[in-house]
Amino acid sequence: MSTFLWGVLPYLCIASLVGGTVWRYRYDKFGWTTRSSQLYESRLLRIGSPLFHFGILLVFVGHVGGLVIPEQWTEAVGVSEGLYHFNALLFGGLAGVCTLAGILILVYRRRTTGPVFMATTKNDKLMYVLLVGAIVLGLWTTLVSVGAGSEAHNYRETVSPWFRSVLLLSPDVTAMAAAPVQFHVHAIVGMLLFALWPFTRLVHAFTAPLHYLFRPYIVYRSRDGRTSGNRSSRPGWSGVGTSDRDRRP
Amino acid sequence: MRVMAQMGMVMNLDKCIGCHTCSVTCKQAWTNRAGTEYVWFNNVETRPGQGYPRRYEDQETWKGGWTLTHRGSLKLKAGGRVQKLLGIFASPVQPKLADYYEPWTYDYQTLIEAPLGDDFPVARPKSLITGENTKITWSANWDDNLGGASEMGHLDPIVAKLNASVRRESEEKVRFELEKTFMFYLPRICEHCLNPSCMASCPSGAIYKREEDGIVLVDQDRCRGWRQCITGCPYKKIYFNHKSGKAEKCTFCYPRVEVGLPTVCSETCVGRLRYLGLFLYDADRVTAAAATPDEGDLYEAQLDLLLDPSDPEVVAAARRDGIPDDWMDAARRSPVYALAKTYRVALPLHPEYRTMPMVWYVPPLSPIVDVLSSQGHDAEDRTVLFGAIEALRIPVDYLAELFTAGRTDIITGVLQKLAAMRAYMRDVSLGRDGDPAIPEAVGMSEESLYEMYRLMAIAKYADRYVIPTAHVERAHELEEIGCSLDFDEGPGMYESGPFGEASGRPAPVAVETFNALKQRQTSDTAMATTESGSLTGRVNLLNWDGNGAPPGLFPGRSDGDSP
Repeated sequence: MSTFLWGVLPYLCIASLVGGTVWRYRYDKFGWTTRSSQLYESRLLRIGSPLFHFGILLVFVGHVGGLVIPEQWTEAVGVSEGLYHFNALLFGGLAGVCTLAGILILVYRRRTTGPVFMATTKNDKLMYVLLVGAIVLGLWTTLVSVGAGSEAHNYRETVSPWFRSVLLLSPDVTAMAAAPVQFHVHAIVGMLLFALWPFTRLVHAFTAPLHYLFRPYIVYRSRDGRTSGNRSSRPGWSGVGTSDRDRRP
Repeated sequence: MRVMAQMGMVMNLDKCIGCHTCSVTCKQAWTNRAGTEYVWFNNVETRPGQGYPRRYEDQETWKGGWTLTHRGSLKLKAGGRVQKLLGIFASPVQPKLADYYEPWTYDYQTLIEAPLGDDFPVARPKSLITGENTKITWSANWDDNLGGASEMGHLDPIVAKLNASVRRESEEKVRFELEKTFMFYLPRICEHCLNPSCMASCPSGAIYKREEDGIVLVDQDRCRGWRQCITGCPYKKIYFNHKSGKAEKCTFCYPRVEVGLPTVCSETCVGRLRYLGLFLYDADRVTAAAATPDEGDLYEAQLDLLLDPSDPEVVAAARRDGIPDDWMDAARRSPVYALAKTYRVALPLHPEYRTMPMVWYVPPLSPIVDVLSSQGHDAEDRTVLFGAIEALRIPVDYLAELFTAGRTDIITGVLQKLAAMRAYMRDVSLGRDGDPAIPEAVGMSEESLYEMYRLMAIAKYADRYVIPTAHVERAHELEEIGCSLDFDEGPGMYESGPFGEASGRPAPVAVETFNALKQRQTSDTAMATTESGSLTGRVNLLNWDGNGAPPGLFPGRSDGDSP
């Protein structure tokens, strides 16, 4: 079981993440969007969305720090395990709470605002379950660690080596198996989320428009041969009053 | 000097009767799809009026267009690049659906399905967004023909500005009582600006200006729905398709223009008031012109960008920059160049936004003529007209806020030219000799005044639309001829993809119509419809091919209790 969870599943998920992203980018550029619902509702969005997005960016940075940077490196620059752990719990916890609060506002908004709820697909719902699940479980590991005080499990001796070993193609299954259960569950849900990622609206994260900072303001582009005369139709344009806007009984 | 070509439009507002034919045909051609129900690439506003979306001209609220930094360089009014990226998770200044209007349809089905009774059934309005019953409170032209102007006229940003301005404090405010009101129509499309702020706002770089003809388009494959362009455009002519999650805008009907046909709005214009043609402009000087310090000078700066296609220097530069000879010929015959630069009667809409808009307007003389006629004057007499242009300050001030960033002298000059044309041509049409003093008074020759009259009043089709066709030397690569053979899988190929209707590869238009036609001609049954009670279950008679009676054509027969 451990071998499957920590030695096989990660690679399945990576394959799905990378392969799925490449495939989606080639196959479905038109569907590659944030699917913003700001037109329908912006009061709650204005609070929830920045809270969630900035929170999750901090969480991401924290995860990179905790998983990718080996413990020896931080100790070499004089950061003790205790100090590191305290900071990780403090800032990680804060970022996590912001993220969770943000996404709860967004989910509440999605459920209670009619047009937003109608624009929510099954795909979105599954994604929200995994995303909220991953965030809640991540906060749970933090809470358990805080509760345990100085006895807290040092994930940088179990989870992190395993994570790096997976990336180095020689998964250290025993290291991960030694971690407490809350880390196991969090990691599994996280892996599933990444496996599903390319097939959901989350893909917009991969096209974060950082190049905006460097590109010229005015974009000139030549008319390519393809757009002359009779040209391809666009997918996804359907008649007014489509099925999800049906009159309800 | 870097010469570039730009397709431009001029609208002669004197001829607009506000019939909305351009809006309707444009909507039928481009935005009759899910997600764009509220979108009008072309709309016709009554001025004074709030416009669509409401009060879009109030840039202190909407932050569209450019502004100057204190060092005198251009900056997006909504903020710099970093500021825009930080605001990306919830666009801070974004029109809500209520600022446009909530699109609706009517529940026509009750009309045919209601049981027999004493009361007439009614078709209730249903929101196209939620599908629920709705109350219609606003639309894209709610204040058409000054409807509600006595209540809401002061909400027009220009009226508000005029009423507040120091210049007018001794004079009366813009009044909205029927006999004192002036009014005209303003049809609006995307301005296809030389310095577009929507493009500059787009984080993804999906909006681009075509090198060949300057048409501004949104690359639907690169747009990620960050919504910054909607804030960026001061004319609010970029719309968010809430179904596909992408920005959409007027395309200047480029598939038509490429083959030499006028845009749909121009072609169907009842008043024949639209002109299409080429401008040549110097792309190297656009930014400098847009950064002109004084707003009042922006109109002149914009005119300076336009290059004379007969100038040998320009011709040489154009040849160097790869503009084909037939395009140069079209540029020389361009009606829009003639109206904007030669006769100087067409003006850009809101030059103070600093986007260098390329849809120009001939301001209307009619409000003034109407006032004069109603007062019993001879409204075509030059002296009366000239005097009135000076005297009737409110229309002139209003037009100046619209077209010249407040420069009334420019508006007065244009209106005097139009008045001179009327007065001069009346003599000619009545068989009298034209009075050479009239063109002289507005700085024109008799010949050029007559040429202007030919272009503006006679306005032959061939003179209004001078559209050079796109060069399609690579015609063999067009999908009509080449790739369509790759797709002979039948109708199944244009099913929707696994992520719903917004996914999958596009089906070429030709294949789609071929299959649809074949199916229609050979099948015995009409298109299947879904279960009753759904909006999609209705039969669209426009699409009904006459084959049989599809379910939904007649109301269902309920068992037992039918009378």
